[in-house]
Amino acid sequence: MGKKYETPLLDELKKGAFPSFVTEIEKAAALTGQPEDLASMASDLLGHTELCYKEKVTHWKHGGIVGVRGYGGGVIGRYSDIPAKFPGVAHFHTVRINSPSGFYYQADSLKEICDLWDKYGSGLTNMHGSTGDMVMLGTRTEYLEPFFAEVSSRGWDLGGSGSAMRTPSCCLGMSRCEWANIDTMAITNDITQHYQDEMHRPAFPYKFKFKAAGCPVDCIASVARADMSIIGTWKGDIRIDQAEVKEYSKKMNIQSEVIDMCPTECMSFSGSELLINNSQCNRCMHCLARMPKALRPGTEKGATLLLGSKAPIVTGALMSWVIVPFIKMEPPYKEFYDLIDKIWEWWDENGKNRERIGELIERVSFPKFLKEVGLDPHPAMIKEPRRDPFFFWSEEDLAK
Amino acid sequence: MDKEELKKIVYKLVEDSTGKKKLKQTDILKKVSADQGIEKDEVKAALRELVDAGTLIFTYFGGSFIEIPPKE
Repeated sequence: MGKKYETPLLDELKKGAFPSFVTEIEKAAALTGQPEDLASMASDLLGHTELCYKEKVTHWKHGGIVGVRGYGGGVIGRYSDIPAKFPGVAHFHTVRINSPSGFYYQADSLKEICDLWDKYGSGLTNMHGSTGDMVMLGTRTEYLEPFFAEVSSRGWDLGGSGSAMRTPSCCLGMSRCEWANIDTMAITNDITQHYQDEMHRPAFPYKFKFKAAGCPVDCIASVARADMSIIGTWKGDIRIDQAEVKEYSKKMNIQSEVIDMCPTECMSFSGSELLINNSQCNRCMHCLARMPKALRPGTEKGATLLLGSKAPIVTGALMSWVIVPFIKMEPPYKEFYDLIDKIWEWWDENGKNRERIGELIERVSFPKFLKEVGLDPHPAMIKEPRRDPFFFWSEEDLAK
Repeated sequence: MDKEELKKIVYKLVEDSTGKKKLKQTDILKKVSADQGIEKDEVKAALRELVDAGTLIFTYFGGSFIEIPPKE
């Protein structure tokens, strides 16, 4: 179906050198061969979006009773509040498909899913939501089951939504990065398999996200975006190749670019030798990232677990903070899963509806959380760098 | 406890709450396990069968709830 509406505001967004979402929606509107009720979806989306811009108010509403049988998540119901005016987007549900670890796809698999979406949906995708799922934008309720049947028959599954464990995601880890201290992709896959029920059948007070980063550079920004951040780290001294340090000194200013940038000031450089006071190192990775040939992490690898970050929906944004400074992350991950189960049980007992785990901890206090989950306080458990130790001495502690 | 009997108890709890209070899965597990003196996992298994059969459904209204599907 071609252009049905005049869209002067959207047309402005087609100008310039960059790809435009308006152009992409117009291409979807020009698709042929779709069922009649899907054919007008993209063209009505253009008209609907233009009106939202013009009136500076959204005409979308979401939620409700929509999904596939047996699942409580994976589909986000979305409706226009002016369906008579734009019948093509009366329903415009989003379908989330569980992404593979590290977002690896074989090109034909993507083509296959996109072909199915042309058949059962609007033909539009914004590919990956911030949670990590493959996000298929816009379909009607009656097409959900047939689409799900087709994608699941090809080995795909829906991702998480609602008050559930969301689809875990991770950086590329050991598959493509020399800095990975943990196998993020294996961990993410294992969490996905281990907690299928928690992902597909929402049972929590609110959403819960896992993200795994191979090292403290945290390319996947887990510290700001995941209720549970799993960040690869190491124990022991940073390994130094002094010959390579000398090579770096010929092409960069080690003093200003590395030594002066160290947040704990634990490094020194004499001009010929680099020294690190490893007991003061907080493993920020800056030096390793600047001089990868000269510096390597210590040999005992594991992860730091952090808890509590979220975007500012109910209360303000939170960053994750450390709850376990070091844990071995090796199959079958028993220690990790035992801890997660305890945390979820505590959240289940104490959390209010729509209260994220980080908000609950802020409400009842971190010391209470540690005590009831059975974690020992540790100096690494700071809420923000160089500020406020986040635990308090109890009367029993003082009596010791 | 017999699973079919348990399914009836779970369904009745959801039915009695309809129009009064939306129940989350965890509300159902806590209430039925406490009332019947059984493990939450047992209630969860019964609830899952009800959802798989379409007798109960998940809904989303600012949170995920278990409800009776609307009549066609």
